[in-house]
Amino acid sequence: MRKQNKRLLFVLIGLAGVSVAVWLVLSAFRHNLVFFYSPTQVLAGKAPSHGVFRLGGIVEKGSIKKDGLRTTFTLTDLRHSMVVHYKGILPDLFRQGQGVVVQGRRDGATTFMASQVLAKHGANYMPPDVAAELKRSMAAKAKAALS
Amino acid sequence: MKLVHKYGAPKRFYELAGTVVPWLAALTTVLMVVGLYLGLFWAPRDYQQGNAYRIMFVHVPNAWMSMMAYVAMAVFAAAGYIWNMRLADILAKVTAPLGASFTLTALVTGSLWGKPMWGTYWVWDARLTSELILFFLYVGYMALQASIDDARRAAHASAILAIVGAVNVPIIHYSVYWWHTLHQPASLTLTNQPKIYITMLIPLIMMSLAFTFFYLTMLCVRARSEILWRERNTDWVRKLVGSRT
Repeated sequence: MRKQNKRLLFVLIGLAGVSVAVWLVLSAFRHNLVFFYSPTQVLAGKAPSHGVFRLGGIVEKGSIKKDGLRTTFTLTDLRHSMVVHYKGILPDLFRQGQGVVVQGRRDGATTFMASQVLAKHGANYMPPDVAAELKRSMAAKAKAALS
Repeated sequence: MKLVHKYGAPKRFYELAGTVVPWLAALTTVLMVVGLYLGLFWAPRDYQQGNAYRIMFVHVPNAWMSMMAYVAMAVFAAAGYIWNMRLADILAKVTAPLGASFTLTALVTGSLWGKPMWGTYWVWDARLTSELILFFLYVGYMALQASIDDARRAAHASAILAIVGAVNVPIIHYSVYWWHTLHQPASLTLTNQPKIYITMLIPLIMMSLAFTFFYLTMLCVRARSEILWRERNTDWVRKLVGSRT
């Protein structure tokens, strides 16, 4: 075999080997690499029962109650939900219907005491008038589907 | 004859790069100026983030280029290692600092955006962590290059690091799909309809092209000086330098 082909083979086999190794490591640590758990996972007992973890979901519409710096809201993944208590400053993107990730501890069956609230941003970007237009047409479509 | 072949390639690249650099630089400047103007003044406000989203016109192109430059570096390094192409060694070496600066810019701009929008400068989610690892790979590659005096041995040793590190690039790209991350998934993909409104998309694409041409410009400029340094004892460089002094 020519020297160059040998080196090419060495590089390809090496790269394949490293890829497999990394893949094995990542699948072994799959659960540790999860940034947050959904309420469904938490209620099914898949999240740590003691200690700090992160919970992610959507802020349920009309569930936000504010009292000074204290905020209470319901976090849902559209199947199950948990009530979150938080004291502190909320990020700009925190609003109802928005995805958020909260860090803290579970407190009781469906309550969560958060020490940090992070807003998760979607992949959509559009001007306000287009967003309003989209909302109107979606509402019209939903109405048409109902009748 | 063998000598001609050996020294021919870098010399030819030196001349070729010299002719294209002004054009590349001009194209970069035009794209950058027009792209920034469109992004900062012409593009509308975002319905969720207001004006704060405009940092993406710098953040997204730099994040893309941080990965593109790494792929380029790994391919150059592999070509240099396998086929003993000296020009490829040079291109790999000079790509590393450029890629590192793209990565750092992406990390810093993302962090500045993250504080008001997410509520934190930094989280250890899969996307941010893998991008940080990319930065360390660039820095490690540069350190390894710098620690070995002999150019060929330096290229060989660091090529292995560059190739092994290439495994990280798909991890960065797919991290937002494989795991729950705080970072949002891609707004722009090859297969799906873009999730960015057209008047915001145009400046974003212009800025991405601007940074791509910026990379190509700097690649030529840096490769030229690296070639001159490595070939400093050859006749053609002596003649070139002599003719100018």
